Amino acid sequence: MSMAVLILMLLGGGLLAWQSERIHPDLPRWTALATVIVALVFLLVSLPPEQPTLPTDPRGTGDWLLHLKLAWMPRFGIALELALDGLSLLLLVLTLLLGLIAIASSWSEIDFKPGLFQANLLWTLAGVCGVFLAVDMFLFFLFWEVMLIPMYLLIAIWGHENKTYAATKFFIFTQASGLLMLLAIVVLAWQGLAASGRLSFSYFDLLGLTLDPRLGWWTMLGFFLAFTVKLPAFPFHTWLPDAHTQAPTAGSVLLAGILLKTGAYGLLRFCIPLFPEASLQFAPIAMGLGVAGVIYGAVLAFAQSDFKRLVAYSSVSHMGFVLLGLYAWNQLALQGAVMQMVAHGISTAALFMLAGALQQRLHTRDMGRMGGLWHQAPRMGACAMFFAVASLGLPGLGNFVAEFLVLLGLFAVQPWLAALAALGLITAAIYSLWMMQQTFQGSPDEQRKLADFDVREMLAMGTMVVALVWLGLYPQPVLDLAQPVIDSLQHLVPSDNAVVALAPGAAVNKP
Amino acid sequence: MTVMDFQALLPLLVLAAGATLLMLQIAWVRSPDLTGALAALILVLAALSCHFAVAAAPLQVTPLLLADRYALLFCTLFCLAGAVTALLSRDYVSQGDQPEEFFLLLVLATMGACVLACAVHVASLLLGLELLSVSLYTLIAYPNKSILPLEAAVKYLVLSGAASATALFGFALLYAATGTLGFSAIGQGLEETGMGQSVLLPAAVMIFTGLAFKLSVVPFHLWTPDVYDGAPAPVTGFLASVAKGAVFVVLLRLFLDANLFRYYRLVEVTGLLAIFSMVAGNLLALLQTNIKRMLAYSSIAHIGYLLIVLMVCTNSANQALAVEAAIFYLIAYTATTIAAFGLLTLISCDPSGRENIQLQQVSGLFWRQPVLACLMLVALLSLAGIPLTAGFIAKFYLVNAAVSGHHWILLFSLVLGSSIGIYYYLRVIHYMARRPGEHGTEHETISNRRGRILCGLLIACILLPGIAPQSLMQYLRAILH
Repeated sequence: MSMAVLILMLLGGGLLAWQSERIHPDLPRWTALATVIVALVFLLVSLPPEQPTLPTDPRGTGDWLLHLKLAWMPRFGIALELALDGLSLLLLVLTLLLGLIAIASSWSEIDFKPGLFQANLLWTLAGVCGVFLAVDMFLFFLFWEVMLIPMYLLIAIWGHENKTYAATKFFIFTQASGLLMLLAIVVLAWQGLAASGRLSFSYFDLLGLTLDPRLGWWTMLGFFLAFTVKLPAFPFHTWLPDAHTQAPTAGSVLLAGILLKTGAYGLLRFCIPLFPEASLQFAPIAMGLGVAGVIYGAVLAFAQSDFKRLVAYSSVSHMGFVLLGLYAWNQLALQGAVMQMVAHGISTAALFMLAGALQQRLHTRDMGRMGGLWHQAPRMGACAMFFAVASLGLPGLGNFVAEFLVLLGLFAVQPWLAALAALGLITAAIYSLWMMQQTFQGSPDEQRKLADFDVREMLAMGTMVVALVWLGLYPQPVLDLAQPVIDSLQHLVPSDNAVVALAPGAAVNKP
Repeated sequence: MTVMDFQALLPLLVLAAGATLLMLQIAWVRSPDLTGALAALILVLAALSCHFAVAAAPLQVTPLLLADRYALLFCTLFCLAGAVTALLSRDYVSQGDQPEEFFLLLVLATMGACVLACAVHVASLLLGLELLSVSLYTLIAYPNKSILPLEAAVKYLVLSGAASATALFGFALLYAATGTLGFSAIGQGLEETGMGQSVLLPAAVMIFTGLAFKLSVVPFHLWTPDVYDGAPAPVTGFLASVAKGAVFVVLLRLFLDANLFRYYRLVEVTGLLAIFSMVAGNLLALLQTNIKRMLAYSSIAHIGYLLIVLMVCTNSANQALAVEAAIFYLIAYTATTIAAFGLLTLISCDPSGRENIQLQQVSGLFWRQPVLACLMLVALLSLAGIPLTAGFIAKFYLVNAAVSGHHWILLFSLVLGSSIGIYYYLRVIHYMARRPGEHGTEHETISNRRGRILCGLLIACILLPGIAPQSLMQYLRAILH
């Protein structure tokens, strides 16, 4: 029940924030902040005291900490079914933390209808939480679609100069691929009906279904498309630079930090476990797309003169590592993929917050018109430096752990691809340092007045710095949380496959 | 006729008596307010009377009409849609002189739709169709001082008349071949004569053409944008939802009772036209800047989605699900369409050229009229098939039905069409969300308490089946088994 309460809390908080605008224009942001903090505390408090207590499902798909099932549409075997395991918990905490960051980053940015802005922010968070919790395929699809609407409104109403184009493109890309996923979900459910004689959309009922190979392949493709558009992987990424650039700061933070992770989560939770055979066949193609994304994103990032666009393309590159890690499909690579989801969420959110702060102060995102900012705003410069080197994969920070694990795991399966993907680390260094050089180094423009980060912004930045350092130095708790899911994924492939030919590290890590 | 017969036909009787009453009332005292309220009351009463008629159902009253729960459900739907239209029209038609007869015609048109819902015989089909169409000609032309409605009405009169005549000729040929006019008897007659007879092919083509015209299926859709554009907004809403819905209901009944699904070629043609309608309707809607024309093309696409059902029905194992999907879709579509056109009614109060509603006119509506904008937002999201709205569950039903019959091509057309559709629905939302400084001229809108209450009601009608559809689903299952 506490999971449903969490989602309702965010929805209700949104309504409250919206209406509180009538009392005072500053009230919505305080309401939003309070809502997210309460939700976060509530989530942590409502966790069961000791590990696996509640339903351990028969197929050994992991340890579920919480589970809720209420009848909704028995006609189609659809229930309000929510469940929480380590992976969902990890992503939920990330979502709520970045929600706080998003609220902080737009604290003084919004003048037009601040109440509705905060409401949309909270509704997006509610939708994302729903995505991470739903284990009924229909319900999952519902949250998947519904989280887009407030996000669309955030971009379309509060976005920058070219917002219409960006918002529409974002919505159409995700919606069209979402429809294919709906089709795939229905096909899957009808296969379940043929197998068991009962129509059900529950994840647990659909898991382990034996499918006709051809049908399984096409159905898997429906899921894969929807998730890789969201991720985004190489040929489907074109919505992302536009949407990220045009969105208001809080919107970019949410998009890059959390919404992209729903795609990775979908692959990890649904696409691969539901179609293990088809996914195994498809893995080489998926890994190829991943490498293409890593390199292509990095090259394009280097070509940008717009600060936000550069960070957006760097996201394409970094999310390529997630795709690689998932389809390399062994212990190390999967751990790397999960780490990358968390670390990239934090580092990119920070960079977007920085970009937003710069735009608010300088009224431009063009790096050609920046330069020498370090002298005028040393605190900003230091933060930018930290997150730039985090994003290029400096050892000791979370992103390094993630990308290193992915490459290590991938090397065991596809050495050549790993070599190619490793180029991504070099190119990341090039564009990240180039970005620092363009904006913060060089000679400053003396006429320019620039306010440095204030306490609120430093607090947000500080949180993310601590998180990244912690992830870099002691990533084990995160890995432990995600371990059951990773283990269950590994059970899906026959043991005589590439998995056995693992790097030696696997034996060490395996409990 | 027994008491049971009268009970089963109660909604039709209420409508007929109500029409007479309205006529007398208009002769006695002219008052648009009184007539409007009375018409809405009659329509609501007719809808309520369906509840009592169900007790007697299913009952065949004369060879012409069958009052079963399928028919009565649609009678309720059409009467309620008529009542909402009457309430919406109240402000719209009051400017012209003598607006009282407008409501009388509306009641008659609704009655025509209800007759179609109950029809099991070609004679009652034609009676209902003509009662509906003739009332609509006049309703469309009602604001006779402006040019657009007249043009639309003449266009609709000529083309619709031709379509009715074509269908009539087709039925005559069918009668020549089978010697009967009852739907199920036609099915038996066809069984005996076989499809070999040379008149049957032209008969099938003509009947299908006539009905496809009324449904505005591609390639018989050319009248739709002009008529939708020219007609007064509440009448367009009625035309798009009730008039089309009623024709689809009777078409489905004809196919089911006469079991025309045996003729796979015929069904294949409907499948082909469904694909054309889905793709062409959505593509043409992309090009429109006039909201009414955009909705006209979108309605063509929606009829295309609905025609998928006929293809699915060919497999008798999936027939129940397909019919259930069709009913749910019609209910969702009616609620949504009435809501969308209702909004257009409420925002266009300027009598000169008010039929021509451009995208500009909804610019910034979110900030000027939040309630109206929310109604439009919900209606558009429902048309686009976004979750939590009735339109989504309806589309989900269709996808399930089509998947059960493995109609992949139709499914991909559905996905393609819906993906294109999102663009033009979003464009309206985008215009509504423009900030105050971003649009040129401010447009006045009607804002009164009745409008807002209606808005709330319509929003509930779209959201409720989207969020808690279970009871409706159960009811639909119950009436089909």
